[in-house]
Amino acid sequence: MRSILECQGLTKKYGDFFALSNLTLTLERGQIIGLLGPNGSGKTTLIKLANGLLIPTDGHIMINGLAPCPDTKKIVSYLPDRSFLNERMRISEILTFYSDFYDNFSMERAEKMLDALEIDRCARLRTLSKGNKEKTHLALVMSRDADLYILDEPIGGVDPAARDYILQTILTNYNENATVLISTHLIADIESILDRVIFLQNGQLALNALVDEIRTQYGKSVDALFREVFKC
Amino acid sequence: MPWDLDNDRPIYLQLMERIQHDIISGVYQPGDKLPSVRDLALEAAVNPNTMQKALSELERSGLVYSQRTSGRFITDDKALLRRMKRELAEEHIQQFFDQMHHLGFSDEDTLDMITEALKGEKQ
Repeated sequence: MRSILECQGLTKKYGDFFALSNLTLTLERGQIIGLLGPNGSGKTTLIKLANGLLIPTDGHIMINGLAPCPDTKKIVSYLPDRSFLNERMRISEILTFYSDFYDNFSMERAEKMLDALEIDRCARLRTLSKGNKEKTHLALVMSRDADLYILDEPIGGVDPAARDYILQTILTNYNENATVLISTHLIADIESILDRVIFLQNGQLALNALVDEIRTQYGKSVDALFREVFKC
Repeated sequence: MPWDLDNDRPIYLQLMERIQHDIISGVYQPGDKLPSVRDLALEAAVNPNTMQKALSELERSGLVYSQRTSGRFITDDKALLRRMKRELAEEHIQQFFDQMHHLGFSDEDTLDMITEALKGEKQ
């Protein structure tokens, strides 16, 4: 089987500024991977390139061997870092919308998650609390049977209990051949569910290692290592 | 409830220790079937691959064994369990004495204090 995501010499320039610079990287199947780096290190740029929302300046990015296109979007389930749904839609309408859009959307799984959250199907999205809005978005994204889940800051705006719920949701819903790429600043919170972490710095790869390799080699958590490497 | 994990040591090691402890202390009985990797990973709130690694390592130590289709089981080998229990107890004692040395107590002082403490407990 092909790697689920492959970048070769991937570069994205804005004027003279390199958001990503000559990034070469391969993500294997069946892993949960943390995409880490300080603000402006290129995390979201990489994610947008993977989803075909940006076009590389140079080099290429392949999903399952294909450049981002409708066929790759079928197998990538993407959670952007901001709300992407019409806030005036009712939850029930959003469910129909998603199931229209994606063949691999499981209504049953979505219903189950929304039931657990006690989210009213008649409510309009904009009436939900910030936490419930984020959880609803995640529930939709995790209800797809995708090969690659790309989650941009899934736990940013929610309280610690909700974070546990979100991590549990991710662990419960991905299948073991799928890959989950999670970008976040809250490393300590998600460290134990990750196989591997990728550190980006100034648009380049600073580190790509297994969490337990880092702990064995440095005798410290990924969070502590991150604070050391990126000390301001 | 996610399992309590230290920040500075490999996660799979800590999972091994925790399961080993549960086996030795009788949470799991000899011959019991262990929950699936996925269920254990969910319970601990850790990555399933990491849990898989911890269980494979425990298999190598002989504490658990897997049966092709029906899952993983705790060993029936009571002698092995007794030996592991003993080893773990020795480790705890060693750590305790090390700490007492750090505080500046000799082995004799420490023993006296233990005897005192036991007397106090009995009263």
